[in-house]
Amino acid sequence: MDSCNCIEPQWPPDDLLMKYQYISDFFIALAYFSIPLELIYFVKKSAVFPYRWVLVQFGAFIVLCGATHLINLWTFTMHTRTVAMVMTTAKVFTAVVSCATALMLVHIIPDLLSVKTRELFLKNKAAELDREMGLIRTQEETGRHVRMLTHEIRSTLDRHTILKTTLVELGRTLALEECALWMPTRTGLELQLSYTLRQQNPVGYTVPIHLPVINQVFSSSHAVKISPKCPVARIRPAGKYMPGEVVAVRVPLLHLSNFQINDWPELSTKRYALMVLMLPSDSARQWHVHELELVEVVADQVAVALSHAAILEESMRARDLLMEQNVALDLARREAETAIRARNDFLAVMNHEMRTPMHAIIALSSLLQETELTPEQRLMVETILKSSNLLSTLINDVLDLSRLEDGSLQLDLGTFNLFAVFREVLNLIKPIASVKKLHVSLNLAPDLPEYAIGDEKRLMQTILNVVGNAVKFSKEGSISITAFVAKSELLRDSRTPEFFPVPSDNHFYLRVQVKDSGVGISPQDIPKLFTKFAQTQSTATRNSGGSGLGLAICKRYTFSLHLVSISVIVVVHWLQPNLYTGVFDFLAICLMFYLLYYVIRFVNLMEGHIWIESEGLGKGCTAIFMVKLGIPERSNEPKLPFMPKVPTNHGPTAFPGLKVLVMDENGVSRMVTKGLLVRLGCDVTMVSSSEECLRVVSHEHKVVFMDVCVPGMDGYEVAIRINEKFTKRHERPVIVALTGNTDKVTKENCMRVGMDGIILKPVSLDKMRSVLSDLLEHRVLFEAI
Amino acid sequence: MDLVQLQRQLVDYRTSLYHEGFLDEQFTQLQSLQDENNPDFVVEVVSLFFEDSERLLNELSKALEQQVIDFKRMDAQVHQLKGSSSSIGAHRVQKLCIVFRNYCEAQNVEGCLKCLQQVKHEYGIIKTKLESMFQLEQQILNAGGSIPV
Repeated sequence: MDSCNCIEPQWPPDDLLMKYQYISDFFIALAYFSIPLELIYFVKKSAVFPYRWVLVQFGAFIVLCGATHLINLWTFTMHTRTVAMVMTTAKVFTAVVSCATALMLVHIIPDLLSVKTRELFLKNKAAELDREMGLIRTQEETGRHVRMLTHEIRSTLDRHTILKTTLVELGRTLALEECALWMPTRTGLELQLSYTLRQQNPVGYTVPIHLPVINQVFSSSHAVKISPKCPVARIRPAGKYMPGEVVAVRVPLLHLSNFQINDWPELSTKRYALMVLMLPSDSARQWHVHELELVEVVADQVAVALSHAAILEESMRARDLLMEQNVALDLARREAETAIRARNDFLAVMNHEMRTPMHAIIALSSLLQETELTPEQRLMVETILKSSNLLSTLINDVLDLSRLEDGSLQLDLGTFNLFAVFREVLNLIKPIASVKKLHVSLNLAPDLPEYAIGDEKRLMQTILNVVGNAVKFSKEGSISITAFVAKSELLRDSRTPEFFPVPSDNHFYLRVQVKDSGVGISPQDIPKLFTKFAQTQSTATRNSGGSGLGLAICKRYTFSLHLVSISVIVVVHWLQPNLYTGVFDFLAICLMFYLLYYVIRFVNLMEGHIWIESEGLGKGCTAIFMVKLGIPERSNEPKLPFMPKVPTNHGPTAFPGLKVLVMDENGVSRMVTKGLLVRLGCDVTMVSSSEECLRVVSHEHKVVFMDVCVPGMDGYEVAIRINEKFTKRHERPVIVALTGNTDKVTKENCMRVGMDGIILKPVSLDKMRSVLSDLLEHRVLFEAI
Repeated sequence: MDLVQLQRQLVDYRTSLYHEGFLDEQFTQLQSLQDENNPDFVVEVVSLFFEDSERLLNELSKALEQQVIDFKRMDAQVHQLKGSSSSIGAHRVQKLCIVFRNYCEAQNVEGCLKCLQQVKHEYGIIKTKLESMFQLEQQILNAGGSIPV
């Protein structure tokens, strides 16, 4: 048979092959159809697939290939032209699509591959980020550990607890096998094992401080890895293990002085402690950087915590010391108070006992003066009176030592004859000076006023003692006393810069210079003399505290020495021909102390200043003092020169018709007082009780005398009532208290209730007279002893 | 005895009283208050003193005999006695009164009793002495003389 161009293919006689082809084609077609379905299904499932249209294309390609193979099935047997046509079309399409796909894949496949590389890249990145995250987490944990550790360490101020806690917490955080702290010993030459983590009581191992490994650690502020074999790390029992890594860090031991106010602590301290940390053996663990950092931070915190503990200890110790001092001071104060109280009690008791004999002397002498006397006798009596007046003033001053201390001592101001004062001093000193063959001269400046207002007695005491001192220090030569009015340009002395006297119209400054030709004082010693014995007072503060060793000594001596010194002056004057120089020397010592304490006080009271000048040893010295005195008004009659007032009038009454009220419970006292007042010409009304007094008192009565020291009857109450009764001051009678004691309490009470004066019993006639005249002149007294 | 002798006797007697401490300068003051206007001043005052003191001493004796002793009242009375005696210058009596007061303050019955006895004793003495002095003065006045000061 010929093979013709008929379309009908001839089945070859080989049917088996045909069958296999048939079947394969079928299956190929099937696969070709199912692959795109699968693709579509899975791509639909996945969310992301960028190349959908590639898929479509691919799908198309496969479908067409499948179609081709499917149509191929029909071509095995006789088939029509239609089938052939379809077959061809399909093949054509398939060819087109597959070529297109092939062309396209050239572009697509590199893209797809790069997706893969990107994926790999991202995975790497993710891994890296993971690692970093891990690092950050560890760091954060470290930080947390540090904070916790710090919190633990700083929550206590006890040194021991701090260190123990540090070790425990570090051990826990870092899972250490052993942790130890080596502290420097007192000598600073060794490190001693002070605290460990595992061992309970570290036996005092010591290690010399100058080992190279220790120096290495101390010189670096970082934690340093050291060999497990070095002495500081050899504290755990050696075994067959592979010892873990060891790290050591320095802990600065800070002192308070290391902390500047605004800076961080300077690490110029030389003292360090050593902290050694050991990882567990056989663990193959290594020290990580963050762990080392943790250790360094902890070491710093421990340093600070320790210094805080040290500061606290210091302040506790200071507080304890202060408390002790307080207790001691309190005790001292109480002792001082007791001493003062004892002294005051003594003085109060002596008060009355000493005044009584003085009163007797003065009273009897003044009475004696009024009798018929020969001129000689009169002179003697006058001297006795003068001296006893001096002595009496002295006693008053000395016994009122407490008043001087309080600063309430007041000057007895009065007008007196200045020239007479100087002449008196001269008279008293002349005999002593003539024994020593010293020539005493007195120069009074022509412009010196004859009369001045001041405290006459005390001024005389001052001058007397300055001159007496000059006499003491001179073995031969002369003493010159110069007195003049200090002029303003001379007032500012460069040697006494604190003293600025300001003269005014009413006052002048009397300057007295006493120059002697004795041993002198070297100029360097002069300030020492005064700082040792007195404190120079500024003129503003009159109430001085008065400290200084010499002042204390002076105080102790002044009491007895006063009396002795002045009495001896008088006696010496009197016993002129039989002078005993030993006594005179004693007198001189007394005078010196007297000068330094008493005179300074009084000069200060008189708003003055006192100092000594000397050109040097052997050149004599000059004592200079300045006091402020008042200028009496021109209209005042100059009073009699310094002599006790001679009571000349007994006969004519001084206060005719003066209405006086006397209140006293004691009949006898009442009568005596009445007698006194009647003698002075007063019209006396007597009452014996407070009710009666209040009933009787009227504006006609000019003075009311009341006894306030009677227990049970309150004279003060009466005074208050009288004050209330008379509202206008000029109608009110002057109220005077009669009392047996003039201590501060009584005085204060009297002042408080508005009394005008206080008189000490017993009252002499003269005293009563002067009291009444003062009262009526000034309407205020305040005190008459 | 003639006038001059009497006067001298008086002066000596008085001086001895001062010397022995029975009287002090307060008595002198009293005497100075006596003059023509007030010729019997001293005698009046002293008599008043005697009356007062006797009354006070009686009251003090009674007070100390009580079961319950009122020290405050006693103290007030002794204070009065002290005041009176000091006003006329009865020196010793005054001093004893001070001591008496201390015992009263201390509430020391024994002391008070002892002191009271002493005060009574002293008071008796001064009373006798003053009375004799006044008698002497009276004698002088009767003899026509004047009392020396």
